[in-house]
Amino acid sequence: MSQNYRLQNIGLINRDKKISFKFNGKNYFGYEGDTLASALLANGVHLVGRSFKYHRPRGFFGAGVDEPYAVVQLYRNGETEPNIKATEQELFEGLEAKSVNCWPSVNFDVGAINNFLNIFLPAGFYYKTFMWPKSFWYKVYEPFIRKAAGLGVASTEHDKERYEHKYEYCDLLIAGSGPSGLASAYTAAKNGARVILAEEKPRFGGSLLTSDVNIGNQSGKDWAESIISELKEMPNVTIKNRSQIFGYYDHNMLVMSEKVSDHLPQTKKFHPNKRLWYIRAKEVLISSGSIERPIVFGNNDTPGVMLSSAAKEYLKVYGVLVGKNPLVFTNNDSGYETAIEFKKNGIDPIVLDSRKNPSGEIIDEAINLGIKIKFSYVVVAAQGYKKVKSADIAGISEDKKQLGKIENIKCDCICVSGFWTPTIHLASQSGNKTKFNEEIDAFVPGKSKQKETTLGAANGIFSLQNTLKTSFKAANEISKKITKKENEISIPNVVEKKSSKHDKFWCVPLPKGKNYKRFLDFQNDVAVTDIELALREGYRSIEHVKRYTTLGMATDQGKTSNLNGLQLVSEIENKVVPAVGHTTFRPPYSPVSIGAIVGREIGKHSKPTRKSPMHSWHEKNNAVFVDAGVWLRPRYYKIGNETLFEASKREAKNVRTNVGVCDVTTLGKIDIKGPDSAEFLNRIYTNAWLKLPIGKARYGVMLREDGIVMDDGTTTRISENHYHMTTTTAQAANVLSHLEYYLQLVWPELNVNVVSTTEQWAGAAIAGPKSRALLQKLFPKDNVSNENLPFMGYMEADLFGTEARIFRISFSGELAYEVNVKSDSGNYMWEKIIELGQEFKIQPYGTEALSTLRIEMGHVAGSELDGRTIPYDNALDGLISKKKDFIGKRSLQRAAFVAADRQRIVGVVPLDKKTTIPEGSHLVKDSNAPLPNPKLGYISASCWSVEHDNPFSLAILKDGKNMIGKKLFVMSPLKNKIIPVEIVSSHYVDPKGERVRS
Amino acid sequence: MLHIKCPHCGLRSQNEFSYGGDASVKRPELNQEISDKDWDNFVYNRKSLRGKHWELWQHLSGCRQWIKVERDTATHEIFNTLKADEEIS
Repeated sequence: MSQNYRLQNIGLINRDKKISFKFNGKNYFGYEGDTLASALLANGVHLVGRSFKYHRPRGFFGAGVDEPYAVVQLYRNGETEPNIKATEQELFEGLEAKSVNCWPSVNFDVGAINNFLNIFLPAGFYYKTFMWPKSFWYKVYEPFIRKAAGLGVASTEHDKERYEHKYEYCDLLIAGSGPSGLASAYTAAKNGARVILAEEKPRFGGSLLTSDVNIGNQSGKDWAESIISELKEMPNVTIKNRSQIFGYYDHNMLVMSEKVSDHLPQTKKFHPNKRLWYIRAKEVLISSGSIERPIVFGNNDTPGVMLSSAAKEYLKVYGVLVGKNPLVFTNNDSGYETAIEFKKNGIDPIVLDSRKNPSGEIIDEAINLGIKIKFSYVVVAAQGYKKVKSADIAGISEDKKQLGKIENIKCDCICVSGFWTPTIHLASQSGNKTKFNEEIDAFVPGKSKQKETTLGAANGIFSLQNTLKTSFKAANEISKKITKKENEISIPNVVEKKSSKHDKFWCVPLPKGKNYKRFLDFQNDVAVTDIELALREGYRSIEHVKRYTTLGMATDQGKTSNLNGLQLVSEIENKVVPAVGHTTFRPPYSPVSIGAIVGREIGKHSKPTRKSPMHSWHEKNNAVFVDAGVWLRPRYYKIGNETLFEASKREAKNVRTNVGVCDVTTLGKIDIKGPDSAEFLNRIYTNAWLKLPIGKARYGVMLREDGIVMDDGTTTRISENHYHMTTTTAQAANVLSHLEYYLQLVWPELNVNVVSTTEQWAGAAIAGPKSRALLQKLFPKDNVSNENLPFMGYMEADLFGTEARIFRISFSGELAYEVNVKSDSGNYMWEKIIELGQEFKIQPYGTEALSTLRIEMGHVAGSELDGRTIPYDNALDGLISKKKDFIGKRSLQRAAFVAADRQRIVGVVPLDKKTTIPEGSHLVKDSNAPLPNPKLGYISASCWSVEHDNPFSLAILKDGKNMIGKKLFVMSPLKNKIIPVEIVSSHYVDPKGERVRS
Repeated sequence: MLHIKCPHCGLRSQNEFSYGGDASVKRPELNQEISDKDWDNFVYNRKSLRGKHWELWQHLSGCRQWIKVERDTATHEIFNTLKADEEIS
């Protein structure tokens, strides 16, 4: 297809490089430097989508980030991304895009019937229409609405692109490279400040690329180029194009999304697709410019109606005519700039100016060029369905209430300018209370909240001379304060046309007998009537009006619609705009890819994986792993076709009959040193610690101040002032912080130091009746007899030349030892244990067997110490010292904690000795009681007892102490099970604890 | 993200710290009689102020020290930071 709307001698595109692309299945050509939007317009394509609600045809409205219409599904290098603005997407060879929100095609869209049913789709229609019957919501209404509304489709494939995060610091961060951004970057850089200058577009220069001005003896565009090339050479300056600062967060942290590869057919090797910058700036200069706002009139959403500044940008940057028979509708001087550019390029525009008789340099120029101008004239309605074909125009009275006789004139586009809205998003996100500037009918930033200074058009300064003057000055003041250096820069002279006042006019009244839709929010199809309805229904707060009507809630976040919406609300409510106020500006300024936000923290990189030194042995021996916090632990070691159940039963059984070995490296370990260590432990733990002899271990329980059990574990006295504490795997980090809290803040007088040694030691639990025999083989030089190393004893020993620590402690309830060696020797220790254990029929066991062993022993673990239970509940009340105070002791006097029928741990056995009991099930007295059936307790852990060969569970049961021997029911509505059970002691195996002492 | 000046390490990002609640809460002395009400106040009741207040943070991924931070809960402005053993004036 030929580019019928491309001009030959204007624009910044590279005509030497043709680029082919596909849109809705059709092949087109554009040039290097085009956006998808400019390339389509060059080919005369205006119809690019359908609107959100009514499925009305949609064209292009802007030329950048403010675009509400041209949202497409993009295909690039085998991947797809939804909701890309065609006005921002740079063209690359092989680009493919499709319209969204239309079916079967953008030209013939079935959903367009909504346009004729619009009487049924007023503001808030979803709140009103789909309420009955209730069951229809999930089955009928929601799926239907989801299909009919919504924009692009997210890919279900794994994203192959890579995204990066980068942290950066600077003296001045400058958002936007228009005249004020360039002037201030230059000044600050010359003063030696570290500067980051960010520009969201591919080209630097902002408005200077399209405006007809001179700075010094150069054109605005050339001046911008010379400043940029100078900045690029300076070592203290980072300048980034395609980089949008989208959020201003606390303490001057701003986040910028850099599109590294989106403009390329595919991402270069070793490059990310996008890079997210977290920038901490000492000072922030916001030079984000302004966005032209439309004037509201009938059918103002017809393709071909667009912002006059966008038409100018397509012409001057891309050499593209948005129409050959343009109508310019303006209330200020900006429309004339566009008209003049058309005229200079051989096109005859007609200008409708709502003002009565404005005078100004640019109007004179337009008249001198012979441009046809009608003053006190407005567009009443655009005509044409998929493209503007003509416009109904009329004169308008001075009070803007009465329309004159309506005439129809032919045109193929309507370029509309309703003056300018400063882009104050970043300032507002910083916390700045904005103020309404009557002169420009828009909000501007007020007093700085954080370290932000808003410059140029973003601050409501629309004259270039003023912008440069204030920007040079501000940047100089701010940067010299940081660098203590000042390089005098003379402010260049500016040649620009003096402008005349704009017309406070934003909405054309409806002619008698016509009910044209007049849109405020183009992406979300919010029309004037919707706002009127919302107000009639009693919505007053602008935030409520927004949510009820969805004004400003689309992907463009109302960049072109919010202020007109406010004008309408204030007019109907008879208030001034500042009294209505604006909705909150929240980050992101413009949508950011989820991939960029996630960065590299994805898949395996989303969290660290901790592996014990014996991990590779486990892998080689068919371990099936389970996540334990960030650790990977063997759950069971699979032999042949064994299931989890079979394997864990085998492993547990072997511990009870022979000997097993379990990797316990993951247990938290804390080294405690200092003369007051014993006193400290005495305050931390519920039991007594002052008299623990050297070379002995003790089991301890620690509470939170509210009396709830925090963690349990053993602590061993290694020497006079040196203790080794173990914690559960899950609580290791919390316990360390807890200890540090009390040492640093509560009892700083205690001379104690704590440090985590979890990773310094590899641990192996050797458990079973044959464990001592194995131990003796492992430590032939040491005496590990029952007398020399009794239960809860500790010794240092020699594992064939490797130093080892042996703790005689037991979680399994069998005769057991935990051997620790330095991590580097972990694998050596493990292989030695396996090797020498062969004659005792040793088998490794995983966490599943470990659970079985501890459950049938009635040893509590994380499922009982779940942050809701006190020592009594866990039958740990024997460990509560009556003689001393400790953390949380006072809370144990709370009435509920001492209630006679307080919950307590019990054992649960099914009467049939066969049915397994699901964890989390409830215990009830009567399985047939009416619902809600009073719950007496819950199953905390279940296993198959290898000792008794039947199911066994632990439960936390109300009045558990007096329930032993009673018969209850286990109910699991989730598993649809009712199981008659008997309550037994939680110590199901070896209730006297003889084995551990044997 | 807040920028917190650790009195030991200097300005660091919030993600290196963990929050520890109201710094003005004093743990009752050990082995002292204390009424239910006073104990409840210590364990549970916090003022949850709007505005300037002192709070605890631990420099978890840094020096591991607990520090005191004077912050405005509404604006997040940080006015002052102290070491654990420095008294709030």
